[in-house]
Amino acid sequence: MSLDAKKVARIARLARIGLSDAEVETYRREMDGIIGWVDQLNEVDVTDVPPMIGSELASARLRKDEVTDGNRQEAVLSNAPEREGPFYTVPKVVE
Amino acid sequence: MSNYRITGNTGEWEIVVGMEVHAQVVSQSKLFSGASASYGGEPNSHVSLVDAGFPGMLPVLNEECVAQAVRTGLGLRAKINKFSRFDRKNYFYADLPTGYQISQFEHPIIGEGKVEIELPDGEVRVIGVTRLHLEQDAGKSIHDQDPTRSFIDLNRAGVALMEIVSEPDIRSPEEAGAYLRKLRQILRYLGTCDGNMEEGSMRADVNVSVRRPGEEGYRTRCEIKNLNSVRYVMQAIEIEAERQIDIWEEGGTIDQETRLFDHVKGETRSLRTKEDAHDYRYFPDPDLLPLELEQSWIDELKAHLPELPEDKRARLEKEYGVSRYESAVLTAEQSVADFYEEVAKGQDARLATNWILGDFFAALNRTGRSIENSPVSAQGLRELLGLISDSTINGKIAKEVLEDMVETGESAQAIVDRKGLKQVTDTGAIEKSIQEILDANADKVAEYKSGKEKLFGFFVGQTMKAMKGKANPALVNELLKKMLSA
Repeated sequence: MSLDAKKVARIARLARIGLSDAEVETYRREMDGIIGWVDQLNEVDVTDVPPMIGSELASARLRKDEVTDGNRQEAVLSNAPEREGPFYTVPKVVE
Repeated sequence: MSNYRITGNTGEWEIVVGMEVHAQVVSQSKLFSGASASYGGEPNSHVSLVDAGFPGMLPVLNEECVAQAVRTGLGLRAKINKFSRFDRKNYFYADLPTGYQISQFEHPIIGEGKVEIELPDGEVRVIGVTRLHLEQDAGKSIHDQDPTRSFIDLNRAGVALMEIVSEPDIRSPEEAGAYLRKLRQILRYLGTCDGNMEEGSMRADVNVSVRRPGEEGYRTRCEIKNLNSVRYVMQAIEIEAERQIDIWEEGGTIDQETRLFDHVKGETRSLRTKEDAHDYRYFPDPDLLPLELEQSWIDELKAHLPELPEDKRARLEKEYGVSRYESAVLTAEQSVADFYEEVAKGQDARLATNWILGDFFAALNRTGRSIENSPVSAQGLRELLGLISDSTINGKIAKEVLEDMVETGESAQAIVDRKGLKQVTDTGAIEKSIQEILDANADKVAEYKSGKEKLFGFFVGQTMKAMKGKANPALVNELLKKMLSA
């Protein structure tokens, strides 16, 4: 699998990252290299091997349904670039 | 099969509808964090650092949310998948702090099930359920507080939702309404979702397409998002179907797209999203291990499942002899059914049914109260009906007593004592009263005797009136007959 410039531009758009044409070319080359490297895995025959998600030895740990968190408004808002009273604010987004 | 058709300019059309219902899971805390899942609260107070997407925070699955999904699956007679998995659905929006929603894409917790709906004409249809999966809710964006900014409240972010997807089995707006109502009823019985549509606990997306009757396969569909009432669902389907029919009939084609329903203008509108907005790039969430369920745990949940609406209905019909219609009304809400049973158990069930569906419901309507904060308790109503059954009071007086109970909150017995409403069963007193009526209306007695028998009702009425409604009606009838034929 190899990447063309169009695909790189699309990936950047989905990630909301603006790239110049020169940057697109840079990333295309770099990402192509990474994919090529990971592609070596295709040399392994995995017929009849089920996909492994996490460790096969464990399944999800569950927690009790109890309120143990929250009421930490200041901490939650501490990284907000902008706020208004108890809210985060962002540039207006209306669809 | 449904006969619902829309007539266009070129002939008849049938509609095809599938629904995705988002139901908020009843739980104390969120799906992956220990913050409160309760509605309301100061903005951003029911939020943990997990919900706010702080770096390094890890999600841990809430056991009760899993149990609620399994209970719902059992209630929908659906396949419970012992293996399921969580995936990330990636998109950017200001009220989604992590940039992805944790959902279940490839391996949902619940597989195929079914919902039986009953239409007004009594016809029963089965609507297939494709799947049910667990996912997180997003936060809330508030757009009307500032001209240039949107305000974000993350209290909802991370609350557990069940997305219940139906097969495209629905063929009319009425069926869609019936399906949503039935689903809501089942979830409320199970206690897995409160079904409160005003607070957004249940919202529906509907997929609508049209085709000619008898046509094979489906045409392109459009999805109408975020409908929060049964009425809007029904209206949106009809309006969207008509829009599509116009386009087909003019020789156009339908683009598959997401649309919004504007109930004020009565139209659906395209949501002009970018062409790649729906590339969610799902992948397994590396922070979460697969969810594996033990059969013994599923069995235990099943053993403690509450009685479902259909089962309760059948039982009420059998145990209390109520009709098919009556059982539907009595089981619409579990609280009504509970109230009914508390009143009817070990009593004259017919009397209880008639009183609850009649005067009692009327009293609720009149006072604008619900069964949960009924002005008359089940015990209180039971006592009132007991007084009818043992002939302490007659039915007419009982209506008056019920009104008094609603107003004063006093017990039936206390009201009967206070107002002296005890039924007169003393034949001597009734005979005396009847004699006075007959004497005062000699002309009518003569008419009656010459064959005008419907005057009998007049004599009954006069006697009851003279006795202030307290006479035993059966005795009045009996004695009147005797005395008129004397």
